[in-house]
Amino acid sequence: MLVGLAPPTRSALVRPEPRPVEASDPKNHRHAERPRLASRRPKFHALAEVAIRVLAFSSIAAIILIFVFIGKEAWPLLHDSVIGKEVTLAKMWFAQQWPGYDAPEHVWQPVSEIPKYAAWPLVVGTLKVTLIAMLVAVPLGVGSALFVSQYAGRRLREIIKPTVELLAGVPSVVLGFFALMVMASWIQQVLGLDSRLNALVAGVALSFAIIPVIFTVSEEAFGAVPHSYVEASTALGAARWQTIVRVIVPAAGPGVAAGIALGLGRAVGETMIVLMASGNAAILSASPADSVRTVSATIAAELAEVVFGGPHYTVLFFLGVLLFAFTLATNLLGEFAIGRMRRRLGGMA
Amino acid sequence: MQKVQIEGVAKKMCSRSVGKTITQVLAIATALLAPLAAAASEVTVKGSDTMVILGQRWAEEYMRAHPSATIQVTGGGSGTGISALINGTTDICQASRTMSAAEKEKLRDRYATVGVEIPVARDGLSVYVNASNPLAEITMDQLKLIFTGKVTNWKELGGPDAKIVVYSRENSSGTYVFFKEHVLKNADYTVRAQSMPGTAAVVNAVAKERFGIGYGGAAYAKGIKVLRVKKDSESAAIAPEEAHVKDGSYPLSRPLFFYLRNKPTGDVGAFVDWVLSGQGQAIVTKVGYYPLK
Repeated sequence: MLVGLAPPTRSALVRPEPRPVEASDPKNHRHAERPRLASRRPKFHALAEVAIRVLAFSSIAAIILIFVFIGKEAWPLLHDSVIGKEVTLAKMWFAQQWPGYDAPEHVWQPVSEIPKYAAWPLVVGTLKVTLIAMLVAVPLGVGSALFVSQYAGRRLREIIKPTVELLAGVPSVVLGFFALMVMASWIQQVLGLDSRLNALVAGVALSFAIIPVIFTVSEEAFGAVPHSYVEASTALGAARWQTIVRVIVPAAGPGVAAGIALGLGRAVGETMIVLMASGNAAILSASPADSVRTVSATIAAELAEVVFGGPHYTVLFFLGVLLFAFTLATNLLGEFAIGRMRRRLGGMA
Repeated sequence: MQKVQIEGVAKKMCSRSVGKTITQVLAIATALLAPLAAAASEVTVKGSDTMVILGQRWAEEYMRAHPSATIQVTGGGSGTGISALINGTTDICQASRTMSAAEKEKLRDRYATVGVEIPVARDGLSVYVNASNPLAEITMDQLKLIFTGKVTNWKELGGPDAKIVVYSRENSSGTYVFFKEHVLKNADYTVRAQSMPGTAAVVNAVAKERFGIGYGGAAYAKGIKVLRVKKDSESAAIAPEEAHVKDGSYPLSRPLFFYLRNKPTGDVGAFVDWVLSGQGQAIVTKVGYYPLK
């Protein structure tokens, strides 16, 4: 996808116990005396080191290049006079009085005699779906992580953990198809909604995609709380639930926050599920029962058709920049939270 | 789109019943590499989603009769197909609408030709509602009111008291543009109209949505109810049947086109001639559209 970030990686929260340095371990020989083969190895080592270094920097380079490319394609929106006649930032963000409409409105109708590019319906749609997905996924993801790390016995843990992680492997098109064909009818019947495909269906389907993200990171965070904390708490006379609520949860807080932030980034950028299950109508409303059109789905649905370098093309890339910036921010926030937790636990353990 | 291509090749493989795995692997590899290096003997057909099934059926039959020919058919929408024709990435563009003046101008700028337009079939653009809907006919005016969002309840059309759920197509679709020009008279669709990625998706949505309404090619109308359309409240309600579509009395009948950059010659010419022949036109009827004559 054009704007998707790399999927959130499983960050290793657990710091390996510092092992005693063994003199016999060849890894520790870097600054020590070289073994006998030294005459042949350095050249190979140096080469390998360069290769690994290049690989490590290539993903950073890729991100920068992607951002530069998207930015370059979106840039004409801000200064090009030809595009400015059709669409400007002001026209995108403020309600316009269009001919044939009764009142000033935010309208997304890019293929029309007078193309209309209001961004609010798409942004609000994205936030609406994301909010619903988070409302479902956060309690489920964090709750099951807490259960698995604190309450579940070993056997139960070995069933639940791989199962939830398996969910991460389900392709989003399959989740979307399931939502489109099965879940939509079911939710409509149960709640008596006017329209089958709506923000609620898309949000719930989306939550399946982000539960594993939140679960995995949170579970590692809970597991990373040093046992000495629990022992200290128990020694002071705290009950098990008191230890969990007062000690473990606060200590793992930043790690859980990181999981939520990574899940948020995934939810905002996820395309296929919302494209299939949301109905794709750019309605500006707060109701979860209305169909929505998200930013990512709009880009996916419309980019193939637009005139290269035209106003519509530029607007889609501008939306891509917004999406990219948002997911980048949430991912950085997540990394920051993980770092903070590692420092906090590392300093005290 | 890629998937459709591969499916086409897969079908072709089955029809020839090539048993050897190696040959199959080679065929798949060729199919995957084809977009990178389009071989001269291959004819690529791209465009209208309405016409994808028609184009694929043509390609299958043609390749069965001419084993040396390879024809690849993909969808994406009429707009996508015309862009591909302009960019030179397809030989034939299938379109369910005529080319706009702006598009013709672009083609002329690049190739010093306005392109060749060949009508290959006719379609009665059908209005779909759920099978349980009591309505049987609708006027062009009512359609416009529904799809622009001025009428939002079936009660206003003599139906049950329920909200109308409007299904439309993505704006890359030729059907979207045709409907907008001929029914909405170029007004905007209501923002509540849900955009579906293809005609099959519209049919599927309307089949599941009790109070839904949508539009699309006649060939896709399965498991739903097709409304008869009146030109105005005075005139007779006409169903999109063969006779009415051919003589143009059905208000939403439209031609389906092939667009080419130049007069077809060689492999492309042979294929186009075959499509317009009796054999090719017989397939049009089988798929569910209407032949030219």
